[in-house]
Amino acid sequence: MKWVGLIAVLFTGGLLLSAMDDFPKWGDAHSPANASPVSQYYIEKTIEDSGVPNMVTAVLADYRGYDTMFETVVVLIAGIAIMAILRVMNQIPGGARPSPRHEIGDHHDIIIGTTCRLLIPVLQLFALYVIAHGHHSPGGGFQGGVILGASFILTAIAQGLDPALERLPEKSYVKLAFAGVVIYSGFGVMCLLLGENFLDYGVLHVLLPGIDAAEARSHSMLGVEVGVAFTVSAIMFAIYANLASKGELEGGL
Amino acid sequence: MGEIFKQYVIDHFNFWIAVILMMIGLYAMITKNNLIKKLIGMSIFQTAIILFYVSAGVKDGATIPILEHHAVEVEQVEMLAAAAGHSPSEHAASGHESHAINPDDYSNPLPHVLMLTAIVVGVATLGVALAVSQVIYKNYGTLEESEILAKIKAAENDG
Amino acid sequence: MAEQYPILVLLVLLFGALLVGLAGMADRRICFPVTVTALALALAVSLGILQRVINEGVIRYFVAGWSRPVGIGIELRIDTINALVLLTITTVGLLAAVFSFRRVKEDKTEKTPLFYILYLLLIMGLSGMVITGDAFNLYVLLEVSSLTSYALIAMGKSRRAAVAAFSYIIMGTIGASFYLLGVGYLYLRTGTLNMVEIHQAITGLEGVSSAIVVAFVMIIVGLMIKMAFFPLFGWLPNAYSYCPSSTSCVVAPLMTKVGVYVMVRMMLTVFGTEWVFENLQYSQWMVGMAVIAILAGSVMALAQVELKKMFCYIIVAEVGYMVGGAWLANHWGMVGTVYHIMSDAFMTLCMFLAAGIFLKQAGVVRIDQLDGMFRKMPLTMAGFVVGALAMIGIPPTCGFFSKLYLIRGGMESGHWGYVVALLISSLVNAVLFFRIFEIAYFGKKPVEGHGHHADHSERSVIKEARLSALVPLLTTAVIIILLGIFNQDLVDLIERSLKGAEVIGSAVLSGEGGLG
Repeated sequence: MKWVGLIAVLFTGGLLLSAMDDFPKWGDAHSPANASPVSQYYIEKTIEDSGVPNMVTAVLADYRGYDTMFETVVVLIAGIAIMAILRVMNQIPGGARPSPRHEIGDHHDIIIGTTCRLLIPVLQLFALYVIAHGHHSPGGGFQGGVILGASFILTAIAQGLDPALERLPEKSYVKLAFAGVVIYSGFGVMCLLLGENFLDYGVLHVLLPGIDAAEARSHSMLGVEVGVAFTVSAIMFAIYANLASKGELEGGL
Repeated sequence: MGEIFKQYVIDHFNFWIAVILMMIGLYAMITKNNLIKKLIGMSIFQTAIILFYVSAGVKDGATIPILEHHAVEVEQVEMLAAAAGHSPSEHAASGHESHAINPDDYSNPLPHVLMLTAIVVGVATLGVALAVSQVIYKNYGTLEESEILAKIKAAENDG
Repeated sequence: MAEQYPILVLLVLLFGALLVGLAGMADRRICFPVTVTALALALAVSLGILQRVINEGVIRYFVAGWSRPVGIGIELRIDTINALVLLTITTVGLLAAVFSFRRVKEDKTEKTPLFYILYLLLIMGLSGMVITGDAFNLYVLLEVSSLTSYALIAMGKSRRAAVAAFSYIIMGTIGASFYLLGVGYLYLRTGTLNMVEIHQAITGLEGVSSAIVVAFVMIIVGLMIKMAFFPLFGWLPNAYSYCPSSTSCVVAPLMTKVGVYVMVRMMLTVFGTEWVFENLQYSQWMVGMAVIAILAGSVMALAQVELKKMFCYIIVAEVGYMVGGAWLANHWGMVGTVYHIMSDAFMTLCMFLAAGIFLKQAGVVRIDQLDGMFRKMPLTMAGFVVGALAMIGIPPTCGFFSKLYLIRGGMESGHWGYVVALLISSLVNAVLFFRIFEIAYFGKKPVEGHGHHADHSERSVIKEARLSALVPLLTTAVIIILLGIFNQDLVDLIERSLKGAEVIGSAVLSGEGGLG
């Protein structure tokens, strides 16, 4: 088996490398991909179309926003899938949990507990900054959402899963995850209702007096990024909580 | 010899590294006996693909695809002036080459966007695969593929 | 409104899933009605799309309105082939959803809402793959459908479901990653992700670019894993036979067929038939592999004692039919392949619905447990017989006509091995299904085996299936016959896309000999 695998892998690698002389050199600004009209358009026209300096965010949330919507759906699916596979539902989902009340810091190190208490607010604030400032600097909904989710995971690591679940119970994070996708697709549907194609944010300026189409695009991008951040942060925590407790959502690490 | 080496390896070293990493990951996925090692291989494979895409978007001497702020401000002032005077389309047509954005100064944004998607897909797949391997461990008490297959065979012969 | 149809198909399914998620978690009773309503609406919209394509030709829908220059945004592009496959997907989705009705009552684990969310998103992912005109968007939706199917398979109660799902995840990820790599090679060489733009860039290149060839090989190999083409089918039988019936009824008919559709789309739209068949001399090899796939699938089906496993190996053989047909490099081969995507989806659905009913009502897992079924479940057997006749290829059913077109393609291109393999496989199917009919009609010969008496007393209370299971089965049977009767109209529609569009290399596919 090992030999078969090795031969298959070497064959694949040889195939991939055989096209090497057809490829552009490292850092070639005039390779077909880098000099294509598509790529040039993004660099030159983003500011004009939406006033967003971060082209990656603009391409992500506007030009290829359709991809990104399904990307958010993929995250949602991951969370739902893990719940479907692992979750042991012996009580009404989201109902009152007769969990033994753990004191914060109970059987946990005081140094870790205090550090996390200091760290978590800063972490969450930074997450909000990353989400909100994704237009102007590196960042966006996925990145900020992961940081936000990480702050909850840190709570769970430092103080146990139960205190973390008290702050963000299962019922809430499931709703939050769905709400994120609702926000994203809701922006698209609003555009549909106003008579434009799906996700064509420019038309939303009729709803917001005093701004033009480009600004409407910019604001809508922020809106969908917030939706993405909802889903991603909720699902990251959901994945951790389910994996760490074998689907029982109790005890954990 | 040196010339060929330069042409095939040095000029495309990013692809070589990406392909070698991919093959390491693929080999682990195919041949490793432990399910978690297979998943580690899967992560290496997917990350190598990300490296492949992103390295293809690099331009020599270019910066990250985020416009510098002074350029933005100039542009916005211009746009405000344009909005006051003419319609945006005229503004675009009028052309303002004096401070036009040079595409060679910024690396290609598209691969970054595509790979953000690939990262998300990778995380999602890994999460689901870990959940499945937990169920396997619960059912069979092991994560070694050969032992699982042996147990399946034994169960088949019994029943 | 009509111009928004392409996006509406997906939105209806997406919002159905979101509604199940937000409201269904609280009240499980709404899950089923919401799912069926969403799928029925999606079916209606896809009918509307077909109508529009017939009247107006190719639909191009630019999401977010980014149409100029082409390729900066994502384009949805629908011709008659996509429209027909889309219609097949939504119809199969609706029928299999109706079949899952009893699940709601019997589910003890309270995972019904999760099941329906994943189900709707699976159908959404498959529909999205079919209508998109963007190579990378196809990857995203491929992953949407793959992730949902991993989860649906892993939800099975059998201990082995998780093991099957794990190997499916590994193989599926390799397949999807190969596809992604292929798209990366294409992007590096052409600078765009829009399918039609890629095609134009490829035709613009002088000579044969090795990067494009490697891209093509990677994409096709990736898709072969996804569609379980012969040497790479290992994950399929276990994955499809250890998952719950309500899952296998939707996964088995659709996943492999959509894989074949994507391959056809790659050959027609992205690379272009001229490039594929003239620059690359792979036809002989691919048809040869398809012949092996057909024969191997049939032989392995013959060796199975479990009903679902047998159907799984028949799927492997059927994939061989379609891949071989597409690579015959002539008009009738391609027509037969597209027609067979549709007819095989319904035939497989019929088989798995029947297997699900047998399992539910009589606990049948093995073929020899089917004795006396004609007496006990006459309606179910009637539906099953129609599906079986289609699998064998008896005239009024669609299975006959798809084989007819494929064989005609094989004869015109001189691939006699393929023709013979098709005939042998039909013969094997006849043996398989008449063996089942014999057991089900005349009862079985005495079988050695313990627990026979217990079986017998249980067997005496077997009743006809519930309405929620019979309606989808019999509807499928009717569709199989209708597809056969109206085969000429369907072929006309398929030909319209093969001939009319600018993407077709006219020299190859216009069929020098006998264009209907």
